[in-house]
Amino acid sequence: MKETIFFYLFGGIALLAAISVVAQKRVFYSAISLVLCLCSVAALYMLLDAPFIAAVQIIVYAGAIMVLFVFVIMLVDPFSAAMLRDKKRYLRYVAIALGIIAFMILVPLLKSYSPVFAPGNAEPAGGSSMQHLAQTLFSTYLLPFEATSLLILAAIIGVVVLAKRQPEKK
Amino acid sequence: MELSHYLILSMLLFLVGAVGFIIKKNIISVFLCLELMLNAVNLSFVAFARHLDQVHGQIFVFLVMVVAAAEAAVGLAITIVLFRNRNTLNIDDADSMKG
Repeated sequence: MKETIFFYLFGGIALLAAISVVAQKRVFYSAISLVLCLCSVAALYMLLDAPFIAAVQIIVYAGAIMVLFVFVIMLVDPFSAAMLRDKKRYLRYVAIALGIIAFMILVPLLKSYSPVFAPGNAEPAGGSSMQHLAQTLFSTYLLPFEATSLLILAAIIGVVVLAKRQPEKK
Repeated sequence: MELSHYLILSMLLFLVGAVGFIIKKNIISVFLCLELMLNAVNLSFVAFARHLDQVHGQIFVFLVMVVAAAEAAVGLAITIVLFRNRNTLNIDDADSMKG
């Protein structure tokens, strides 16, 4: 009962914040709405027994990534509003209509969803405790985990090379 | 709470993000909508992980977050370079590849 109330509360906040991300005219307000949406989704992760993912969501997503976004918005935003003119207004209505159609197709599909791997068929996993998560991450998924560190290194080098001020060419 | 509730919420978030991805003109707004879609997919991953009583879904969410962080960093660097060279953030103005 309590879980239902919290699901609808945080789900509703997440959905409204997501709509606000799309509806806002100014990019900065979109970014703030996205922070709200990410935090509500983190609350939903708590409901789903995933405290580690919820913490990472707050720290990495709502913290680090959104700070990056806000920095870039502050670097470039004052000029952006004037330069954005809506050339293709009709596209907006096409997109919203397509979204509604996709919604009407997908909802019956999801409602009639019957999992191939029902909870009983799956191998016993020992719950979703943090210890089990860490053990799986550092044994079964060790190679992907190391690959992500390589990916991050590549991203850091790429960003430095890209954003570095190019020397003046004659 | 049933699995389908979380899936429908995840789908709604994804659709809102997809619609925004199409209608937005500012490249940073497009990035924000991209993050929204990734987030919706993460929600369904965690919902499935709980439903199946396994942790593999949560590990996938962890990996998706890492990729999202790298993607955001590189994308925003490209945005800054685009703004510096073209003095625009409109995605319709970055069309020199004629894609």
